[in-house]
Amino acid sequence: MSEYLSVLIFIAVGTGIVLFTFLIARLIRPRNPYPEKGVAYECAEEPIGDSWIKFNPHFYIFALIFVIFDVEVVFLFPWAVAFGQLGLFALVEMVIFILILFFGLYYAWKRGVLKWV
Amino acid sequence: MPLVLMSLELIEIFRWAYGLLAELGLPPVWVMLISYGVIGVLMFGVLALLALFLVWWERKVAGHVQQRFGPMRNGWHGWYQTIADAIKLLQKEDVDIIARDKFVFFWAPVLCFVAAFLAYICIPFGKDLIVADLNIGILYIMAVTTFTVIALLMAGWGSNNKYALFGGMRSAAQAISYEVPMVASILTVIIYAGSLSMVDIVQSQNSFFGWFICRMPFGPIAFVTYIIAATAEANRAPFDIPEAEQELVAGFNIEYSGMKFAMFFLAEFINLFTVSAIAVTLFLGGWEGPWLPSWLWFLLKTLGIVFLLMMFRWTYPRLRVDQLMEFAWKFLVPVTFANLILAATMKYLGWYW
Repeated sequence: MSEYLSVLIFIAVGTGIVLFTFLIARLIRPRNPYPEKGVAYECAEEPIGDSWIKFNPHFYIFALIFVIFDVEVVFLFPWAVAFGQLGLFALVEMVIFILILFFGLYYAWKRGVLKWV
Repeated sequence: MPLVLMSLELIEIFRWAYGLLAELGLPPVWVMLISYGVIGVLMFGVLALLALFLVWWERKVAGHVQQRFGPMRNGWHGWYQTIADAIKLLQKEDVDIIARDKFVFFWAPVLCFVAAFLAYICIPFGKDLIVADLNIGILYIMAVTTFTVIALLMAGWGSNNKYALFGGMRSAAQAISYEVPMVASILTVIIYAGSLSMVDIVQSQNSFFGWFICRMPFGPIAFVTYIIAATAEANRAPFDIPEAEQELVAGFNIEYSGMKFAMFFLAEFINLFTVSAIAVTLFLGGWEGPWLPSWLWFLLKTLGIVFLLMMFRWTYPRLRVDQLMEFAWKFLVPVTFANLILAATMKYLGWYW
């Protein structure tokens, strides 16, 4: 398990280096803020209204479908690794599993969920 | 001559340095901490150089595709143009009074870079030339590189800008949609390799006809779907609607300047190299090859795939957002899963070599 220590060390090294370059940039860059610089860039137009706006719910529906398929993929990873030893039973089971999920995708498709407006 | 070339394995240098470190008589935990730390810093250096080279190369490819020269002024064919650009970015003023949510705004580029950087723990650059051969290798890479999506959402949400918010949301929707076909094409490889470790996957394709792309008929299908999904995953044209210049100006990174912008840019090119390296490891035999040292084979193959992705970028028009999502869900997902079932059936029946 000791090789998993490398993950922690890489997180620390990566974060450290990025923060170090930010620090160097902070030391040598100019700093001259004034109110006009703080205005959001909208092609030189004055921004109207809040920037945290209401969003198209389609983004979230895609996220929901994604979650279902991603959970399927999590189940498929151990299946794929052990497939060589499992044989016909695993193959049939997984085909049924994938077909059930694809029935769901087909339903979503027919309901027009996959259509981007 | 071939014998001399074969002996140029970079791993020998690391073995020698590790031997020196081990002889110092430190406790084993410290030896491990120091060696991983030094390798991490070295890896950052390699990736930074690689990104500088890739930016220059991309500009040259773009130039020659469009019948111009690209950067020519600084050095031979402009070779230090990107170094000059990096120094310029270091000196740029950091306009951070714009941010709506300062904490999220600050940590987004850090997370974006670290997520791209972490994947390099288990990418085999050559024979034995791997930081740590994690036994969940490819699953780990998929898991950590997905954090880029969160970083882009954070960048979009933190900056006080509608374009940035749109860019972040679009890139999240795109990345999660193409994640599914990408993983499904990777699973076809895993069925045959029987392991998630990157080293085992390379060793399972030990001759040219053992390369996964040569396994008819599902190998080429998985390779093509993987390349399409990987292009989308790396947010590159023709799938670059998150930063579509003509509609969203620059997308999620519009309000970033200076080093923070540089980190997004660096992460983008590191991700480009990551997806190419995964394609080489899974489908093109990784470091395997005659005559040349293994790390050189890996580098040549990976740069070949990078060149392919660059040609995609500069020769195809950008997709619309609705075409993009419908292509992922109505074409790629069914095709990759059908291919997965085909591959599993052929493995069960033994119709492969």
